[in-house]
Amino acid sequence: MWILLTVIIVLMIGGAIFSLEARDLLSAVVAYGIVGFGLVIMFLLLQAPDLALVQIVVEAITLIIMIAVILNSTREEVKTRSKRTALYVVSAVIFAGLFLYFFNRVTGTLSSFGEHAMRMSEAYIKPGAEVTGSANLVTGVIFDFRGYDTLGEATILFTAVIGVLTVLRLKGRR
Amino acid sequence: MTVYLLCILLFLIGLYGVVAKRNLIKIVIGLAIMEYSVNLFLILVGYVKGGTAPILSRNLANKVFVDPLPQAMVLTAIVIGLATTSLLLAIAIRLYRKYKTFDIREIKNLKG
Amino acid sequence: MTIIVKKVTQIMCGIIFLYGIYIVVHGHLTPGGGFAGGTIIAGAFILLIIAFGSGFLSLKKEETGSSILESSAILVFLLIASAGLLVAGMGIFFVNYLPKGTIGHLISAGFIPLFNIAVGIEVAAALLTIFLALLIYKDEVIK
Repeated sequence: MWILLTVIIVLMIGGAIFSLEARDLLSAVVAYGIVGFGLVIMFLLLQAPDLALVQIVVEAITLIIMIAVILNSTREEVKTRSKRTALYVVSAVIFAGLFLYFFNRVTGTLSSFGEHAMRMSEAYIKPGAEVTGSANLVTGVIFDFRGYDTLGEATILFTAVIGVLTVLRLKGRR
Repeated sequence: MTVYLLCILLFLIGLYGVVAKRNLIKIVIGLAIMEYSVNLFLILVGYVKGGTAPILSRNLANKVFVDPLPQAMVLTAIVIGLATTSLLLAIAIRLYRKYKTFDIREIKNLKG
Repeated sequence: MTIIVKKVTQIMCGIIFLYGIYIVVHGHLTPGGGFAGGTIIAGAFILLIIAFGSGFLSLKKEETGSSILESSAILVFLLIASAGLLVAGMGIFFVNYLPKGTIGHLISAGFIPLFNIAVGIEVAAALLTIFLALLIYKDEVIK
């Protein structure tokens, strides 16, 4: 099982690296689609069907908006080579190495992959169906046990829409 | 354990895209990759071997569920990631109209 | 767009819209819920706009209508949550006060179906407003 997950994550990493190093912006956006749809397969393998549904449609809409933005502006990117590339590469490798080493020590305190302790979730799963009355435990957690968080998320979505409407106004008051 | 490390490697690639790239669209792509990797990491922590999706149905073979709490958190986080990315793209096309380029070293005027 | 794309879109967008409503309403029985169904409904409208071009719509009125719909959906969300303060017996904000029914039926689980519908309308209207704002900007810049 974890072999399958590892293979798909390696594909996602390859797509991400290609998308950041591509010279043409349209190829970069298409390679970004690899990361998004690989994530859909990961969600299905990790037994989370609601998330897979949302991620498919969100990825499609993001790709549409990005391609519309790129096709109405330029498509190329200018690359120049700076003089101190070796120093940058060495410092980036050292930073990544330190980050991964300390992250490995932190996740050593978590349980290993697949043996989740579920200490807090036992209090949500056991009385979950009778207290909320819904057969879908995720919806019960979103709207009944953790209702305040959903209220906050809806407010964030509303604020982002107001932000987009404000930025894209062309005729204001002079 | 290798699955966790690969997930954080995806996060570091997104961080490289935000810090080291000159094109504005590449910065937005890097930020979106960072968001995807964090959502993936939260779901990876909550996985139980041999568990099924946390939905009660009429005939259940086993009663071992995966953790529903991170799934509830990530469900709203995905839609908010879409709203954030579209806000960044709106700012990007506004900047393109004024400066005619996506290069962040040319966008230097603070007034006007 | 060619005529094949237009004909297929005419047939499919009604089916996609109905599928989105199904996922929103059955949010407490099957995987899905308000957020997933809302994005699918927005996807149906965006597909229609992309296939037929934006010359058919009066974009300013559409955008005003969808942003009014989004604001009223989140207002309904807040009103349902605050009505728990007035129920006699529990004066708590955001408590589940409707009867719960049997698990597995369509009308059950208190006020969770009402919340699913409100959140579904809000998410769909929000994504549609963002898309229409970008489209209006592009039309005004081209002119």
